[in-house]
Amino acid sequence: MRYGLLAVLLIGAMTLGGCTEGVLDPKGPIAQAERQILFNALGIMLAIVIPVILATLGFAFWFRASNERARYRPDFTYSGRLELLVWSIPGMTVLLVGGVAWIGAHDLDPGKPINSAVKPVNVQVVSLDWKWLFIYPEQGIASVNKLVVPVGTPISFELTSSSVMNSFFVPQLGSQIYTMSGMATRLHLQADHLGTYAGISAMFSGDGFPDMHFTVDAVTDDGFAQWVRQTGLTGSALDKPAYADLVKPSKAVAPFTYRSVVPDMFSSIVSAGMGPQDSSLSICSTSQRAER
Amino acid sequence: MNLLGKLDWNAIPLHEPIIMGATGFMVLVVVVVLGFVTAKGAWLYLWREWLTSVDHKRIGAMYCILALVMMLRGFSDAIMIRAQQALAAGGAQGYLPPEHFNQIFSAHGTIMILFMAMPFVVGLMNFAVPLQLGVRDVAFPTLNSVSFWLTASGALLVNISLAVGEFSKATWWGYPPLSEMQYSPGVGVDYYLWSLQISGIGTLLAGINFVTTILKLRAPGMSYMRMPVFCWTALAANLLIVAAFPVLTATLAMLALDRYLGFHFFTLGGQGNQMLYSNLFWVWGHPEVYILILPAFGVFSEVMATFSGKPLFGYRSMVAATMTICILSFLVWLHHFFTMGASANVNGFFGVMSMIIALPTGAKVFNWLFTMYGGRVRLSVPVLWSIGFMVTFVIGGMTGVLMAVPPADFQLHNSVFLVAHFHNVAIGGVVFGVMAGYNYWFPKAFGFKLDERWGKASFWCWLVGFYVAFMPLYVLGLMGMTRRMQHYDNLSWQPWLIAAAFGTAIILVGVVCQVVQLVVSIRNREELSDVTGDPWNGRTLEWATASPPPAWNFAFQPKVAGLDAFWSSKYRAQATKDEPTPTCKYEPVEMPKNSATGFVTAFFAVVIGFALIWHIWWLASVGVFGAFLTLLAFSFRRHNEIEVPAEEIARFVRSHQAGVAA
Repeated sequence: MRYGLLAVLLIGAMTLGGCTEGVLDPKGPIAQAERQILFNALGIMLAIVIPVILATLGFAFWFRASNERARYRPDFTYSGRLELLVWSIPGMTVLLVGGVAWIGAHDLDPGKPINSAVKPVNVQVVSLDWKWLFIYPEQGIASVNKLVVPVGTPISFELTSSSVMNSFFVPQLGSQIYTMSGMATRLHLQADHLGTYAGISAMFSGDGFPDMHFTVDAVTDDGFAQWVRQTGLTGSALDKPAYADLVKPSKAVAPFTYRSVVPDMFSSIVSAGMGPQDSSLSICSTSQRAER
Repeated sequence: MNLLGKLDWNAIPLHEPIIMGATGFMVLVVVVVLGFVTAKGAWLYLWREWLTSVDHKRIGAMYCILALVMMLRGFSDAIMIRAQQALAAGGAQGYLPPEHFNQIFSAHGTIMILFMAMPFVVGLMNFAVPLQLGVRDVAFPTLNSVSFWLTASGALLVNISLAVGEFSKATWWGYPPLSEMQYSPGVGVDYYLWSLQISGIGTLLAGINFVTTILKLRAPGMSYMRMPVFCWTALAANLLIVAAFPVLTATLAMLALDRYLGFHFFTLGGQGNQMLYSNLFWVWGHPEVYILILPAFGVFSEVMATFSGKPLFGYRSMVAATMTICILSFLVWLHHFFTMGASANVNGFFGVMSMIIALPTGAKVFNWLFTMYGGRVRLSVPVLWSIGFMVTFVIGGMTGVLMAVPPADFQLHNSVFLVAHFHNVAIGGVVFGVMAGYNYWFPKAFGFKLDERWGKASFWCWLVGFYVAFMPLYVLGLMGMTRRMQHYDNLSWQPWLIAAAFGTAIILVGVVCQVVQLVVSIRNREELSDVTGDPWNGRTLEWATASPPPAWNFAFQPKVAGLDAFWSSKYRAQATKDEPTPTCKYEPVEMPKNSATGFVTAFFAVVIGFALIWHIWWLASVGVFGAFLTLLAFSFRRHNEIEVPAEEIARFVRSHQAGVAA
């Protein structure tokens, strides 16, 4: 019990050592830095939490009523020095962890671009009922439930939602961020290792929520270029009718791609969310979902 | 126009065996209880002595009974959630479809926070605060009854939703746009809205009542710095209620306007702003956490001091810490959504503010430690809960501070790590606290102690069960599992979820032990009886009177000369060896008269709530009219007090003293 969390963390870390998932197995600079912060903050706090737990059990045991050897001191009710200690120990901890929080909040602000010589790839993300749409504005293609990114290149995300709130989250790459209709949030991530990572919605969004996941394929620059080229040759085009079709609620959608995207698709989705309720884009999503 | 609004036979989910089974069981329990009361011919007694009672002790006990009943309901939901997640791995869908699973976790959260923890905490305050302050009742006794019955009305509506219609599928916080008409066209969100509105008004009235009581009605000599710490924490909690609950009422009213009258406060489109709801909800929601935990801290302070046989260490420091938490709790709400995309400065500020709350809380933990130091700690049931709390709560506090670091939260937000964290503080803090209080004050309320053996068994099952149930969730959170999953693909999560389900089973044994403890204690009440009124060698004024206390609490107005008033008077009496029999004359006491106002108001509140949920407008008007007539009748009441004659009080004191002497 006294080492409960520590033991569990160690076991957890060991279990995760073999797994390719989770926030303790980072695959990019953001997730790496966040794991470091997690460990730093945990370490600072364990330094005070473990002694407190031991002291609680120790005091309760030693000062139990049946222990004749313990000295009964009913007048020990105040000590200025102890009070100073009592307030300053948590104070020191808060100072340290607070510093970690303040600096971390600035360094790892999701809206802050990643410092890199490589030119970032822009991806526009739309959460739909219940799938993810990824638009590559510069490449003029789009994909659903499948995100392909080049390794070692910062990815600059703009995110919105076609309906309710969701949260875009790839645990192994780092920070999550909400997607909300009528506005765009920003996020910057980067994958440093080749591989396929799980992406999820981390905000409950209704009946299809548990299947609202996607895969992130981190590929080489060449691989990315090739994927863009191939995608541009196959599949349908994402225009207004295709989008209206896509917006219809559906669950557990298998990944697919669009060979082209009409310009300003993303900004029209954002402004549709802002506009009056009977705007053409938002109404088709909402009324159909309500019918279900 | 349909006379019954949206209500028809389809509202009753006859085709759902699980729901109908639960409903059948609920109806059976109600029928058995009603039958029992009828068989015993206890209706008149129940009506006169309990349902219309304005006695704060009776109302406190009814609050606690409501909480215990709702705990069974909320805990059943918990078992279903854990069982579903233990089963639904890989391609499996478990036994609950999403529309049912989503109702269950929404109901679990709503019930456990608003209809289990809240009534329990308010019930303990109701029972103990006036006694500790050395007064005869709260400031507004009839209002107190109204508060309780409105809370019970909300709980009733939640339970009706099981049988008639559905409960919300939009989580216990009800974020729009998901909770808006477009996405939740059913009556579930309406059940959520009106049960929270009705009980929320009850809670607000209770808050006003208690702030007034603590500020204006204290025994002579009881200055602020002589108040027991539990009264301080109650004051802080009720100040928070008065400040925070109107925000919830306004927020839910705006959501109701969106849903009923087509407003656009939080809607998608029409200039609605969903972020506004998140902010407003947590401006109430975070103080709500402290409304629950502060009185629990108060209970631990009383228990630690009493059972260590020495005064609380650092009383002034404790008071300062309590009031600091009270104020700071309003400055941290944004940490519930660091991931919304606020600027780094905003996130950083709220992160640091959240951590600063750990400062007074940490000081409290140390003060409890030093209360034990140099004491003679009797390891009775309330103390076990308190020690279990200290060990468990520091872990929960640590993971809380961890998530107050914005970048850590970017990774852990909405994960089951978060679920583990808040259960760590809600069970390890609030539940352990109310259980300590329940075992501590039970002999005062009913005149006999609760069975120690079953109490200890219950404690150990809860403690072990908690660790087995929630430590795996910390691991799963780090593995990237998010909350509220009806099913999942990742098979490596399943062993951890099976472990968690096993932990829930251990807690279930603990809950069963609690029920057995109560039954066994009632059976053995003769052996467990306490005639002295002071079974624990207490320190504060509630132990100075008989158990159970008479309606008028104290035959004479206690005079307070210092902290731990009863303790010091006991020692003075010991030193001078004189009988505590007072020489002054007994005087008649004015007591508030029983009133059906609370019960009748609550009846109309249920009618209004039910009618609004189902859009039965004429019935809602009838309810409003009835409530108005009740108010009118109450305002024109001429006799609202009865006089207890001096002889009756003298007779009671004599028989109590005879009992103590024997």
